[in-house]
Amino acid sequence: MEYKILFKDYNKALKQNRLLGLKCADCGKVTCPPMMVCQECAGTNLQIQELSGKGKVVSFTTSYLNSEGRENELPITIVLVELEEGPWIMGNLDDVDPKRVNMNLIGTRVSLGHRVFPGDKYSAGNAARPVFSYAEI
Amino acid sequence: MRRVVVLGGGHSKFCYNSPKTSVEMLSEVAIDAIRESNLSVKDIQAVNVGNVLGDFSEGQGMVQSFFANDIGCFNVPATRFEGACASGSLALRDAFIWIASGYYDIVLVGGVERATAMGTALATRTFAMFGDSRYEFPSGFTFPAAFGLLAHLYAYRYGIPLERLKEQMAAVSVQSHEYAMKNPNAQIQKKLTKEEVLNSFMVTTPIQLHDACPFSDGAAAVVLASEEVARKLTDQPVYICGIGQTSSGKLSSQYRYLPRLRARELAAEQAYRMAGLTPKDIDVCELHDCFSIAAIIAAEGLGLFEFGTAGEAWERGETRLEGRIPINISGGLKAKGHPIGATGVSQAYELTRQLRGQLAEQGRQVDGARYGLMDTLGGDGVLVSIIFSNQ
Repeated sequence: MEYKILFKDYNKALKQNRLLGLKCADCGKVTCPPMMVCQECAGTNLQIQELSGKGKVVSFTTSYLNSEGRENELPITIVLVELEEGPWIMGNLDDVDPKRVNMNLIGTRVSLGHRVFPGDKYSAGNAARPVFSYAEI
Repeated sequence: MRRVVVLGGGHSKFCYNSPKTSVEMLSEVAIDAIRESNLSVKDIQAVNVGNVLGDFSEGQGMVQSFFANDIGCFNVPATRFEGACASGSLALRDAFIWIASGYYDIVLVGGVERATAMGTALATRTFAMFGDSRYEFPSGFTFPAAFGLLAHLYAYRYGIPLERLKEQMAAVSVQSHEYAMKNPNAQIQKKLTKEEVLNSFMVTTPIQLHDACPFSDGAAAVVLASEEVARKLTDQPVYICGIGQTSSGKLSSQYRYLPRLRARELAAEQAYRMAGLTPKDIDVCELHDCFSIAAIIAAEGLGLFEFGTAGEAWERGETRLEGRIPINISGGLKAKGHPIGATGVSQAYELTRQLRGQLAEQGRQVDGARYGLMDTLGGDGVLVSIIFSNQ
């Protein structure tokens, strides 16, 4: 059995600000980032769905420490976002002063953009990552 | 299935900048464990080793075979187990299964890590390899960050003001330091105050330096044997009476269940069911406090406290030596140290001593302890629960 969405295809789409997910025809739930099967019911009857990229922050952390070679990204705010379609994804939050980030951020509506992590010697190439900004109301 | 006994053990002092190689650290504690078991290396039928980052820290893969050869266990089957911070626990659980099944009678279980040789930047990079490399690492994922995300989510989910949660988290670290001062094998033997925790360097909000365990070097070993063999060797048998192991995927895929870790709850359930016990039966617990918030989440996931209340329990002293359920009386990962490949074996070593009543001299014996529970979390998804009994 082949993957419906390989990482390379997800990555290519995200570089165009398009977020690809998988809609399960059995249980109706959406999986993103993609997996081989539905993350809810393990079903394989999946269809590719382009997601809205809109959602709300469910948690956050501002890091003052990072992995070797990524110190220049600090401080960096990492968020978990619940997408309108249901799944959660990890990304960064842009355009925010890390010192002003607090618990009020939880519940804030955000929308998707991206930046590319160029990769390091262990990462087998680059990877686009979701970078969210405050959604226009 | 046969009953399995933990015989002798060996434990290095956990430390920064060990002058010894991984093979040397592990060999020394293994020989201690074999001698304490009243056995010789010729009696060892197989060797299981937890080791995670030897490839990066020393350029040494496959440490298990070099180690087995170094101690004179020539040509025995030697297997390395890798499940991030739960590697030693995997090695232990599999050794149990092999002996319980009747295939082997005596298996040596060891764990070793020399993480500090990497320095903080490379260590942070390699530890982050136990998160999802393609879908989460690009966002700056590290394990401190994962627990920063879980801490804020925990405060939100249970309606605890962040300042209150921070005080509860500080209480976890303060207690661990206190007991580590009584444990000669502990890496950090220094009193810590709540103020010091709350004034320490911010690593990733709301996790500060003293909410986090250190990088560590160290090794631990235990010998497991069938009950029949053990009967001739010890009059203080400690049995493994329940085991559980589960896995889970990347953090975001665990979504609605967070900040609870469903995989831990399932692993614990397996172990309790097998042992015929409930959380109320546990007399002493060693759990995976890689971060202070991780200890709170673990204690609840193991069923020792109601969800949202473990932090208060630490503050009230319920987790102390004389409390309702003594937790991490070794000093925990926070202060005993966390050489990741060795941690699970170290937990087993500690609980074996508690259940034999051997820690009175150190002033940290849980009186009359019969059942001990260990919990280990590896990366984003290896969970192990093991229950020990002295009857």
